[in-house]
Amino acid sequence: MLMLVPRLLVGLLAFTLLGAGCGSGDADLTIYSGRSEELVGGLIARFTRETGIRVAVRYGDSPELAATIREEGARSPADVFFAQDPASLGIVAGSGLLRPLPDSITSLVPARFSDGQGRWVGVSGRARVVVYDPRRVGPATLPDDVAGFADPRWAGRVAIAPANGSFVAFVAAMILTDGEEAARAWLEALARAGAPTYSGNAVIVAAVDGGEVDAGLVNHYYLLRRAAELGSVHAANHFLSEGPGALVMPAGAGILATTDAPEAAEQFVAFLLSAESQRYFASETLEYPLVAGIEAEPALPPLGSLNPPDLDLSDLAGALDLATDLIASAGLL
Amino acid sequence: MGGAAAPAWKAAERPPRHRPSALLWLAAGAVLLPALVPFGMVLGRSLAAGGRALGIILSGRTAQLVGNTMLLVIAVSSAAAAVGIGAAWLTERTDLPGRRGWRVVAALPLVIPSYVIALGIVSAGGPAGIAREIIGIPLPAMRGFVGAWLALTISTYPFVYLTVAASLRRLDPSHEEAARGLGAAPARVFRTVVLPQLRPAAGAGVLLAALYTLSDFGAVALMRFDAFTRVVYVQYAGRLDRTPAAVLATLLVLLALMVLLAEQRTRGRAAYHSASSPRPPRLVALRRRHRAGALAALSLLATAALVLPVGTLIAWVARGGTAGAGARLEWGAALGSLTGALLAAALAASASLPAAVLVTRHSSAATSWIERIAYAVFALPHITVALGMVMFAARYLGSLYQSLLLLVLVYASIFFAPALGSTRAALARVDPSLEEASRGLGLGPLRTAAGVTFPLIRRGFAAGGLLVFLLTMKELPATLLLRPTGFDTLAVRLWSASTDLLYARAALPALVLVAVSAVPMYLLATRERP
Repeated sequence: MLMLVPRLLVGLLAFTLLGAGCGSGDADLTIYSGRSEELVGGLIARFTRETGIRVAVRYGDSPELAATIREEGARSPADVFFAQDPASLGIVAGSGLLRPLPDSITSLVPARFSDGQGRWVGVSGRARVVVYDPRRVGPATLPDDVAGFADPRWAGRVAIAPANGSFVAFVAAMILTDGEEAARAWLEALARAGAPTYSGNAVIVAAVDGGEVDAGLVNHYYLLRRAAELGSVHAANHFLSEGPGALVMPAGAGILATTDAPEAAEQFVAFLLSAESQRYFASETLEYPLVAGIEAEPALPPLGSLNPPDLDLSDLAGALDLATDLIASAGLL
Repeated sequence: MGGAAAPAWKAAERPPRHRPSALLWLAAGAVLLPALVPFGMVLGRSLAAGGRALGIILSGRTAQLVGNTMLLVIAVSSAAAAVGIGAAWLTERTDLPGRRGWRVVAALPLVIPSYVIALGIVSAGGPAGIAREIIGIPLPAMRGFVGAWLALTISTYPFVYLTVAASLRRLDPSHEEAARGLGAAPARVFRTVVLPQLRPAAGAGVLLAALYTLSDFGAVALMRFDAFTRVVYVQYAGRLDRTPAAVLATLLVLLALMVLLAEQRTRGRAAYHSASSPRPPRLVALRRRHRAGALAALSLLATAALVLPVGTLIAWVARGGTAGAGARLEWGAALGSLTGALLAAALAASASLPAAVLVTRHSSAATSWIERIAYAVFALPHITVALGMVMFAARYLGSLYQSLLLLVLVYASIFFAPALGSTRAALARVDPSLEEASRGLGLGPLRTAAGVTFPLIRRGFAAGGLLVFLLTMKELPATLLLRPTGFDTLAVRLWSASTDLLYARAALPALVLVAVSAVPMYLLATRERP
């Protein structure tokens, strides 16, 4: 029995060494996906079935994949970056690593949900909302603007996820719309009031739904997914009607400047904007489809009724460092 | 003074000291390169930032982080030492009922990822917690420092338990029996006779606990405690500018070196050789009151460390079944985990042999740095190593980038310390006079190593490999960034599902991960005495 172990290991090692030379070489297209396999694996499989293009997908967190692409630089094996948030796309675009998309693709999506210079395109929308517990918070008492949560009567009752990419992007939006000082003052007010901090949106939604905290700042679909998984929930979503708290952040895709498969890459990005894929986002990931004519989940207020702040989403990336610094210096990180 | 020129009488008086060959150095050092090269890239980035780096280091925020982290490290390692030594003594030296079973239970938490343990603790407390459902009284919600302390103590005390239990098994019981025969109470025997002899083993275990605490991300993130690693992650995730993350990672290595120096200061120079296996000890008979207390304490430990986390996972699987989330077994991911972990374990354990020979048989200022570096690497946040390796490998390593081979090399490098520690401890117990006798009888160094030394240290060697296996099974950040595209492991599947709160789907890979790791853990914990 003991003699088997070394032989087994030699076999494994040989297998590994042989495998090292091949890598993902037999795929036509390499996608770095910041969206998880659970969410988009089925969609990508459908793309391969329809086009015959063989795809290798590398799943990860969007910010980590953005950092990976930057470290890889010109040697990146990736052809497409499919990210969860505009900030990660903005970071890669800002490092000069994305190539411009053709008009036939960018024209499908409203300009405010894509990069101003056409280097990435929004694919599905995620609205920032206030998730609250109706057993403890009257809907009428909720403010219209996120600034209202600095009021002492909300002290310690609104949960945030200060390390989460969506929250940092939202603070970056606040810096762009209201200015650095306003953002700093708002964060410090929250910190002074002892706002409960959590590791991510999903955890906040679970905490609010479980009665642990009154309300929280999150993205809209976490509550919908929880309801789908559990059957029913106590908590409800409140859509802020103005200010940076009404931000709609797209998940999006861009093509690497160094791609060796530009045509397949463009086919994939166009596929994400097809009616079929857009309906998939509406029904499976419970996000807002961004292409005109495709309806969102009926339980959601229509995209047209939301009032997101007017800004170029790629600028968010430029304000990220400052946003992270402000969150840290307020003592929230 | 050349060895060959030394007069014969001098050589007889003092054992001959061979200079370690360059090959030995090469073999020992090469395994650490896959972690050191990336760290070098990170260090380069910190140094290039110059004055700005200094500004980040001297900021009040950094001071607060250092304070938080060191407080956590001290609290976790003290608690892990107390729990680990206590459990080892109870299961090895007393007549506690069900000792064999308790040995498995005490070691088993090592197979559970720290974030799953943290999740179990989080789901127990609070108004909606499991505690309220079962006993009717809500436990306080444990988050922040207390939560992180508890989760990491549970995650790390098995390091202490395993090394101390192994050492107790090796200890010659005649000293204890002599002390008891002279009328000393069990507690006094433990304090004055057993504890000093356990010092090297306990020190090695506590060191691993402390450094694991430095590098841990999962538990501190879930408990929302501001430790270094969490902030390093945040800086990587939320920034265009990579300098702050690099500077903080560099600072973390300095902290790790401080912990190491502190441990070495208190280690002393004691050495205990025992050439032959000791006979089984006479067990301490616990009084009935003490026995009840010991059983209660071990049961509480088992509840927090095993029942809660595994129960939480099972509850999710069951819930997923009723909600129709479609749980499926992940054979490919299980195979991926096993392949990576087995190869990493084999590589790290093999490389620990030359390194352990250098450290124990050619002890010098230079060789002790091999050990220090191995332990400092163990404390590095894995995302730092991984991103540094991405930067290096994408540029210079061609098709080796994103290969399983490179991933395994990185695993073996970051988890080298436990393998080295275990092999070193085993080698330190081997009386060098045995090797000298073999050499004196004309056997060469390699045949002596294979025929005399290795059989004596085989168990320590295997135990080190097993630790590497278990740690690799749980590893996530380096796996995510460095794995071949399309290569899945159970930890990756668990992460992938839990980021979207698909707990029901996350729970199954987590349970398979625990089950697969539990088999070798069981073998290690129940292995018969030599």
